[in-house]
Amino acid sequence: MSIDLSQFFQVFFDETEEHLLALETLLLGVDRMAPVGEDLNAIFRAVHSIKGGSATFGFNDMTEVTHVLENLLDRVRKSEIILTEGMINAFLEAGDVLRMQLAFHRGQGSVDPGAVQGIQAKLTALASAVDSAPNSNVTSSVENSSVSVFSGEIKQKVPESVAQNDPGDGFFESLGEAPSEPDPGYGFFVDLVPPVVTFPVSHSEPVGSGQGLVGLAEPDPPERIFRGRRATDQIGADSSIRVNVEKVDQLINLVGELVITQAMLAQASEHLEGVRYEHLQMALRQLERNSRNLQEAILSVRMLPISVVFNRFPRLVRDLTTRLGKQVELKVLGESTELDKGLIEKISDPLTHLIRNSIDHGIEMPEQRHALQKPSFGTVTLNAYHRGGAVVIEVSDDGGGLPRDKILDKAREQGLPCHDAMTDAEVWNLVFEPGFSTADSVTEISGRGVGMDVVKRNIHQMGGRIEIDSTVGLGTRTTIRLPLTLAILDGLLVAVGEQVYVLPLISILESVQLTSENLRTISGDGRLLKVRGEYVPLIVLGEKFPVPGDRSLFPESPPIAVIVEAEGRKVAVCVDALLGQQQVVIKSLETHFRKLVGVSGATILGDGRVALIVDPAPLAHESQFSPTGVA
Amino acid sequence: MTNQNNLTSEVTANEFLVFTLGSEEYGIDILKVQEIRGYESVTRIANTPDFIKGVINLRGEIVPIVDLRVRFHLGDVRYDEFTVVIILHLVGRLVGMVVEGVSDVLTLTPAQIRPVPDFAATLDTHYLMGLGTVDQRMLILVDIERLVKSEDMALIEKTVTE
Repeated sequence: MSIDLSQFFQVFFDETEEHLLALETLLLGVDRMAPVGEDLNAIFRAVHSIKGGSATFGFNDMTEVTHVLENLLDRVRKSEIILTEGMINAFLEAGDVLRMQLAFHRGQGSVDPGAVQGIQAKLTALASAVDSAPNSNVTSSVENSSVSVFSGEIKQKVPESVAQNDPGDGFFESLGEAPSEPDPGYGFFVDLVPPVVTFPVSHSEPVGSGQGLVGLAEPDPPERIFRGRRATDQIGADSSIRVNVEKVDQLINLVGELVITQAMLAQASEHLEGVRYEHLQMALRQLERNSRNLQEAILSVRMLPISVVFNRFPRLVRDLTTRLGKQVELKVLGESTELDKGLIEKISDPLTHLIRNSIDHGIEMPEQRHALQKPSFGTVTLNAYHRGGAVVIEVSDDGGGLPRDKILDKAREQGLPCHDAMTDAEVWNLVFEPGFSTADSVTEISGRGVGMDVVKRNIHQMGGRIEIDSTVGLGTRTTIRLPLTLAILDGLLVAVGEQVYVLPLISILESVQLTSENLRTISGDGRLLKVRGEYVPLIVLGEKFPVPGDRSLFPESPPIAVIVEAEGRKVAVCVDALLGQQQVVIKSLETHFRKLVGVSGATILGDGRVALIVDPAPLAHESQFSPTGVA
Repeated sequence: MTNQNNLTSEVTANEFLVFTLGSEEYGIDILKVQEIRGYESVTRIANTPDFIKGVINLRGEIVPIVDLRVRFHLGDVRYDEFTVVIILHLVGRLVGMVVEGVSDVLTLTPAQIRPVPDFAATLDTHYLMGLGTVDQRMLILVDIERLVKSEDMALIEKTVTE
């Protein structure tokens, strides 16, 4: 029996995770004072599905929690009891407990029995508290002795809920509209839990998160950005299927092969000219077009809207603001921007860190903001958009901005290279140094100084860049630029002897012809290249990647130096020739071989040969010269 | 584990692909062989031991090529149209192995397989499954999986870092 069931466990885990996510987004989005029946139903359905699933698979602990939760929710949706802030908090907590239990059943982590009992008692207490209120029916019997523990809280909750019923609020009119669109079947279509990709890419947008706003009691959100998208979302939800990521990757590989084969055909038929081959040439051109289109279409399958990540943040902001006593609303823009699935998974942690920083360090306390004549609600904006073949993600806040002097002081204290004449951009870059922190006190949320350097490293690992822009008093904006996908790369093909290497275009600044005038030698060994008054360390690719039998490359032929920027350092990479720019399909060397220093992967060229993709970061590190050499 | 144990437990598959290195004949379990192909030009990889010739594109897979002749200092290291590469399929990984020539496929009964005497051989006896005898020929049966995975082949990362 259990053997039969176990093969479905994974499905249950995936689905439960989706339901929990749905539950959370809905809870955060639900309007306490004017809850929409459909939302409440969707919340109920999500909980009910988890309960049903856990009962089927014998996860009784989850069934117990969901049972209590479900009872309470059922009465909320039947309008027997009024939804309070306390309830929403309790529901969110219950969601966390369920997630913990789920992780336990997956074999990760352990369950804290105290938390499970606590939440059950809390939920039961909430139910019975309402029962004891004047106009409700007494239905449930209190079974748990720990109810008394929570009674103090209950007494507070009840008057609050009554107070909120005050019709004099005047908010009901405006609020009744926005979330009132029915969203049938919502709870079943939050497709985007790894490792699954959704077709087509316009995916269902959870209604709750669409508001994207976490001004706790803020009744009138100034922007509702996603209103226009909902209609199409629902269509997308209905016609999507779940597909294993491996299958998609296999397709990408196969199409990559096809493109290479097509390039080989084109190369082989180049010399065929004349009327006789006209048809062939035409067909080949068509093949090229078709295979490119196919490749694009397949690659787009791996793309997910960034909302998958953004949806996690309303909860984070809510929790943080409550803890810090700040008032912050989260504004989310462009969350339909698509990004490769692999990047989506990796971008979450850096963004979490940046948002925490913004709320903890950036946004001032309400009183302080008031004194500065800023709106008491601070705003943290998440914005994602496409620009020039890259995805740009911005995290900005309207807080105090980065304190330039303080950063410089701290940097000096910590022995980082800095001076007063540094440009703002250079000063902001100091915060990315390992161990750097300006926070006066280490809080639970941030200030330990481990963070921004990790953020930067993560972004670099994804082949992206990160920049900070800040104005004192007005706020800070962090901009992350990422390649669209991890599967293909815009590269510059360079020749070193007989070998061909690919340099990632995203890190290339320019290329310079080497002459005896712009080349300087330091202590006989190190070489510097002078580019417009700046000295850049020069490394010879053929020396870094020595291949037996290749002719010595330097300095007989006049080689070319490609100026590459990696991890904030510039380095001139000397090669024999530039062969051209090309989009290449990234292949892992580790599948059948192992990782190589200085190489991030390999690709297959049009003629079927393998070319290694150079990872500029280790090259920049190896050049032992000072990174800044501005004259 | 002694060689006796190897005989009973591992040499149950009894078809062997026979290849030559120098004057010796070697046999490997044919079930580990994916295909045999000619030597084509490889993409060299810097900073690797000389017996790793580089990588090739095998229908979209990047496959490393090891020259056993270089590795064991056997035979003439020449690359021409007669140079043979055996593509091995070892638990999900593909490895190409350059040998001097592939002669045939032989079926050996357990009775034809003798334990390896303890002698200093070119190949560490650790990597040998036994010695096979067919008529007057002697085959050195190699546990190819163990050989390829061994640290001194430098084909697989030494420590699992992730």
